[in-house]
Amino acid sequence: MKQVDMIIIGGGSAGMSAAIAAKEAGIDNILILERKEELGGILQQCIHNGFGLQTFHEELSGPMYAQRFIDQIHAYRIPYRLCSDVVWIDERLRVQYVNAEEGYVWVQAKTILLACGCYERNRGAISIPGKRLPGVYTAGSAQRFLNLENILVGKNIFILGSGDIGLIMARRMTLEGANVLGVAEIMPYSNGLNRNIVQCLKDFAIPLYLSHTIVDIQGDFHVERVVIAQVDEHRNILPKTQKSFAVDTLLLSIGLLPEMSLADHLDMEMDSKSKGAKVNAHYETSIPHIYACGNALHVHDIVDFVSMEAHEAALCAVQDIKGQYHRQKQFSTQAGSGISYVLPHSVDAQPSQNITLCVRSIRPYKQVMINIRTGDRIIKTITKRYLLPSEMERIILKPSDIGILEESLIVEVKES
Amino acid sequence: MKKTFDCIVCPMSCHLEVTKQKDDIQVRGNSCLKGAAFARQEMIEPMRMLTTTIRIEHAIYPLLPVITSRNVPKAKLFAIMEACKHVCVSAPVHVNDVIVKNIADSGADLLASRSMERRI
Repeated sequence: MKQVDMIIIGGGSAGMSAAIAAKEAGIDNILILERKEELGGILQQCIHNGFGLQTFHEELSGPMYAQRFIDQIHAYRIPYRLCSDVVWIDERLRVQYVNAEEGYVWVQAKTILLACGCYERNRGAISIPGKRLPGVYTAGSAQRFLNLENILVGKNIFILGSGDIGLIMARRMTLEGANVLGVAEIMPYSNGLNRNIVQCLKDFAIPLYLSHTIVDIQGDFHVERVVIAQVDEHRNILPKTQKSFAVDTLLLSIGLLPEMSLADHLDMEMDSKSKGAKVNAHYETSIPHIYACGNALHVHDIVDFVSMEAHEAALCAVQDIKGQYHRQKQFSTQAGSGISYVLPHSVDAQPSQNITLCVRSIRPYKQVMINIRTGDRIIKTITKRYLLPSEMERIILKPSDIGILEESLIVEVKES
Repeated sequence: MKKTFDCIVCPMSCHLEVTKQKDDIQVRGNSCLKGAAFARQEMIEPMRMLTTTIRIEHAIYPLLPVITSRNVPKAKLFAIMEACKHVCVSAPVHVNDVIVKNIADSGADLLASRSMERRI
């Protein structure tokens, strides 16, 4: 069986960044396994701009951002396989993949990095009533059809969910000649970035219906009409608030979930909030030598953070490969008031390296403080002018901030 | 003339109130200088980046993603889209290659958003 130091599953923004970091840290025996026909992952279909502000201090398009990493992978001659589906991984760090040229191949790894991204929630995830008709797509599928394959999936469109992909698709389809009749969002606030609300909806006079959801999908052989209605604060449908739209297509932009199906059969601890694996501050899952990063770990809103996280995760795996990773007693991290989840899920009792905490708030806040404490000891306080569920907060803790832990680390929002 | 905008410079989303009297533009509601500059530009001529696709032959996909080299007037977006319909290139293409100079008289060049190798 072929032996590899680091197998990276996924050649998107996380996988490429991890491979580059590992190579620069002196690991040559790497293998990236990518399911699609080229490197780049979802960035290749995200043709809009706004990527790379944190990493390159430029506003790049998705493919431009990917290109920089692809060029680096080639310059470093990092091995990768395309059109290769990983079908099995196990606790003994064996990986099986399949492609049309090699058939089924087993590889023995020293470390496995799960960088396989995320997938879209679909109609089944939110139980939309109405007929099961053709014409319902996830926003990302419609984006792939339009931006890579030159297929506009409909002429008259309604969009459910105000996530960024839905908003971006509203503008994109409008520019390509489709008529977007509206976007419905069940929450009283948008889940997308404000700049996308302005540039993708307001610029084209596309109405946004907050506190609204779809109550019916109608038609004979294809979607012909969707019906929306207003909801109250408990998401109960309010009577006599129905509006009907004659459309041929419904796009769903209702959230993303980490793609972790490869770990389904493993005894890997999962987080019920982030829907990804639980990891320690070394990005190691509950199964030794298996690491997770990027959208496979938790869904990010900015690709730059995916690249940074994957870079850090790869360096931790490199320490493992080199036998320099000494496992310590762990203390858990906890989401306190106002926080929906915290990553990593545990930290070393006495950390020797910086720890990046990723947190998301439960609802929008203005002028608040984020406290990180253990017991009564406040480790760090950050003041924020704003805090949004759609914008992940990254907090870096130094070993000197933490000292020696004796109980868990709590992150909480304090309103002033 | 008085107009209101939601600022898009940062997630604070300040509600901007802009009044224009002859050449004098007053901005209220902003929390920073960038917000004021955005409001002024929105009042004079809103500018946007445009990203779209054009046809490409002999590449992995039938489309090449493209981007304008700079902000273009919002009012010109559909004219640029129309101009893009009539453009077709042949692989190989390198990222940042100029595909069309001064597309639709917008003042911006149309650039390749990625590299694409020749496949066939």
